[in-house]
Amino acid sequence: MAETTVDSAPANKSQSALKVGSFELASRLVVGTGKYASYAEMAECLDASGTDCVTVAVRRERLLNTAGENILDHLDLARYTLLPNTAGCFSADDAVRVARLGRELLRDLGNKGSEWVKLEVLGDQKTLLPDPVGTIEATQRLVDDGFTVLVYSSDDPIVAKRLKDLGAASVMPAGSPIGSGQGILNANSLRICLEYLKDGDPEYPVIVDAGVGTASDVAVAMELGVDGVLLNTAIAHATDPLTMALAMRSACAAGRYAFLAGRIPRKRYATASSPESGRIHETS
Amino acid sequence: MSRNKPQTERSMIIFVNGQETQISNGHTAHDLLLDLGFERRPVAVEVNKEVVPRALLPSRVLCEHDQIEVVTLVGGG
Repeated sequence: MAETTVDSAPANKSQSALKVGSFELASRLVVGTGKYASYAEMAECLDASGTDCVTVAVRRERLLNTAGENILDHLDLARYTLLPNTAGCFSADDAVRVARLGRELLRDLGNKGSEWVKLEVLGDQKTLLPDPVGTIEATQRLVDDGFTVLVYSSDDPIVAKRLKDLGAASVMPAGSPIGSGQGILNANSLRICLEYLKDGDPEYPVIVDAGVGTASDVAVAMELGVDGVLLNTAIAHATDPLTMALAMRSACAAGRYAFLAGRIPRKRYATASSPESGRIHETS
Repeated sequence: MSRNKPQTERSMIIFVNGQETQISNGHTAHDLLLDLGFERRPVAVEVNKEVVPRALLPSRVLCEHDQIEVVTLVGGG
């Protein structure tokens, strides 16, 4: 590999696809489509982020004003795999219903995202933290129903392992509460999640979902060794969403490179980078 | 369709996205989408908590007090 350049070696590694079940994603950033000021801004930001997978929510069609625009008018379905979520569901029953409705919608559109789901079963409105009991029940039912389940979880390693054992294709621990912008609050728990989920199965995809506030949060997550990051608000509500989308794209790549490169150990005291010997004031 | 006229014109109440809605007897889920102007929109339909695939909508006859959900995709994270 003598001819391998410094640039190309990590690039090749970094650009390896993110595999989740039978799905392969070119980008390790999954981006949400909510909260943008306009569909046009959303489309620009998705493009700038480099993502090829975007999340969408399932909601009641408005019975009036049927002339309104639909998000699908602004999403290139040949470019993006849609990942329908069960956001806003507070019970396993509701989450399973919404997942099936999302599947029907995407099958009708001919988008391959019909066969997977981002499962959320939430515990309460204030924290939007996952309800672990409902999440476990819904994961089981959706796996039994043939879904590729990407499951939003807390960063609890025990729950994460249980979800994987039930057949979840990816466990997606939260960095911090949804939309809070607090980044990765418990790197130690995430490290244990990674250790447990990848034990004997290093390719098992772990995606940090929720909590990202700015680009460095994405880099920190990726440096820990997660396989991808899912975010929405941090781009959509940035002062300049388009520039933040570019920042997220770079941070994701930077964090991935750094993880693959392997960071140096932390030390308490200094270690000189310049030679200790040959300094002009040396006496002998 | 061979029933006498008074029967087919009789109406009944169903619930669409939580709203009480009056439809005529014999109405199918597909008829309901036509009424709502949704037949060309990206929607999925659930009747009494079970998804009805699009291909089966024309043969799904609605009954009194059916709970219908008509959903679409929106932005989300």
